[in-house]
Amino acid sequence: MSTTAFLTDSTLCIGCKACEVACKEWNQISEDGYEWSGHSYDNTQAVGHSTWRHVKFVENPVEIGLGGNSGEQLPAWGFSSDVCKHCEVAGCLEACPTGAIVRMEFGAVFVQPDVCNGCSYCVVSCPFGVVQKNEEDGRAFKCTFCSDRQKAGLAPACAKACPTESIKFGNLEELRLEAQLRVKELEARGIHDAVVYDPLDTSVKGIHALFLLRGDPRSYNLPPHPEVPTTYMKKGWTSAAIAAGVMLGATLLAFLGERR
Amino acid sequence: MSRVPLPEVPNRLPDVESERRLNEIRRTAAQSGMVTAKGVTPVGAPFPQASPETGYYGVPLLKEPQWTKEVPLYFFVGGAAGAAAVIASAAHLFTQDDDLVHSARWVAAAGGILSPALLTLDLGRPSRFLNMLRVFKLQSPMSVGAWTLTAFSSFSAAAAFANAIRQKLDSTPVYVLENIAGALATATGLVMASYTGVLIGATTIPVWNNNIETLPPHFAASGMNSAVSILELLGHENSRSLNLLGMAAAGYESLEGLMLETKRTRINEPLRKGKSGWIVRLGGVLSGPLPLALRIAYAITGNKKLRRAASWSSIAGSLLTRFGWVQAGHASAKDHRIPLELPESVPKVGMSSHELADMHMKMA
Repeated sequence: MSTTAFLTDSTLCIGCKACEVACKEWNQISEDGYEWSGHSYDNTQAVGHSTWRHVKFVENPVEIGLGGNSGEQLPAWGFSSDVCKHCEVAGCLEACPTGAIVRMEFGAVFVQPDVCNGCSYCVVSCPFGVVQKNEEDGRAFKCTFCSDRQKAGLAPACAKACPTESIKFGNLEELRLEAQLRVKELEARGIHDAVVYDPLDTSVKGIHALFLLRGDPRSYNLPPHPEVPTTYMKKGWTSAAIAAGVMLGATLLAFLGERR
Repeated sequence: MSRVPLPEVPNRLPDVESERRLNEIRRTAAQSGMVTAKGVTPVGAPFPQASPETGYYGVPLLKEPQWTKEVPLYFFVGGAAGAAAVIASAAHLFTQDDDLVHSARWVAAAGGILSPALLTLDLGRPSRFLNMLRVFKLQSPMSVGAWTLTAFSSFSAAAAFANAIRQKLDSTPVYVLENIAGALATATGLVMASYTGVLIGATTIPVWNNNIETLPPHFAASGMNSAVSILELLGHENSRSLNLLGMAAAGYESLEGLMLETKRTRINEPLRKGKSGWIVRLGGVLSGPLPLALRIAYAITGNKKLRRAASWSSIAGSLLTRFGWVQAGHASAKDHRIPLELPESVPKVGMSSHELADMHMKMA
């Protein structure tokens, strides 16, 4: 089976949240409250243990003639459906002490719910803040990349439900190419700020959920330099070894002084 | 098992007062066809924006740590137990003070039993601890820690047990057994005292990973500080070596505190400001300069009260240090500006709904 991926094209997204609903329905995830955030039309706010797809609403300055919104005071909306990035080098997978988090044959990072013990170390190891422990259940949850559907040869529920094909699902390399072609196509139409979010040059070494956005990805809470926390480990263990050595030496010295 | 309630995100819908005002405006609009007065200000207004300078409405990018209070408590207990095992072996090697060896072995063993219990409380179900023993992963500090703790618990308990038998029956095999178990407990104890620094350092939480180089020695010194103090309070108040070790640990903690106060980076802000800042600071004073001064004063005057005060201060300081660092991690995770590398010059506007939720929690 080839390596699969999502390409979420925010220039096609209409903010309908069908992906959120389809995800919740297929994966049988519980509701996550009924709150009024005041952040545009986004009351879900972030992905978490009960939200595996999340549509972000960014209000951009008026741009007459683009995006179909020609009102003088109404902002132009940018929508983008966020999801687990299924990193090539995944912080959660590296950190998991039980081996509950595994890599599937098609590239997904999957939390096995029958092995997860709820230590919540993955929560602080994800550079995108995706995986979260369900405090009532006691285990960590995140997007499964619809591994069950993919094993049966089906597309993930969110991609299947997307009415505008904003969420594209397919082979990773093909989608990378498609994203570049789409940027060129938009450029030809006079949209010059389209970018592909794919942090290949960081320690994450690429993701399986590419995003095509207009403007700075930081408006969409996407970090410019996501780093896998294992990169800090060499420094940490070196320092721990020195600390242990000094501690042993100091203790021996202290008691050596008492021998007379 | 305590169930942590999810934070309530407050509604930004208008309240009774603003609803009344809205009705007034509607009435005016119906009567005169135009409203010139100011409208209603919703809770937390002005709302933060989504932009390259402000991030996504100030919603935190990273998730907060979800450990229960038992985890920082475990950092304290495990660190003290590990250091106690080191003291036991050194005292056994160089002194005739069998009482001290006995006490230190038992402190180590007690910590070795208490630690898995604390972690189990965090996980919620005893069998869940065993899940960590189905694999060994060098790239996961949590996995290395779980195995180290398991080994340490066994070795320290064996050493304490052999020591207890030796007190009644002095035979060579028991003596050899105690020494082997003691050596292994010392080796794993050294890891126990320092690995927790790597554990929190090798994460995405900025204030933790930014300090990964200084965290292991900081936690090791903190562990030694509390182990020495616990042994002193157990009656080993005349050991000159323990006082020396306590001085060394308090001295290192003073340097650490000085470093944290002078390294005034933006990432280190939770270590200086807010609730976490005060816990870290108080912990630093109680485990650094205060016991150091008291121990020096004791060495000069010989007043045992001073030394006892140093012991209590060190234990409280070590405990606060662990809680402070975990608390700082929470504050750091909530700051969306660091992982997004937002410009420092742009002032924060309004409150995100997460900050509002925090405010409501504090008020409740």
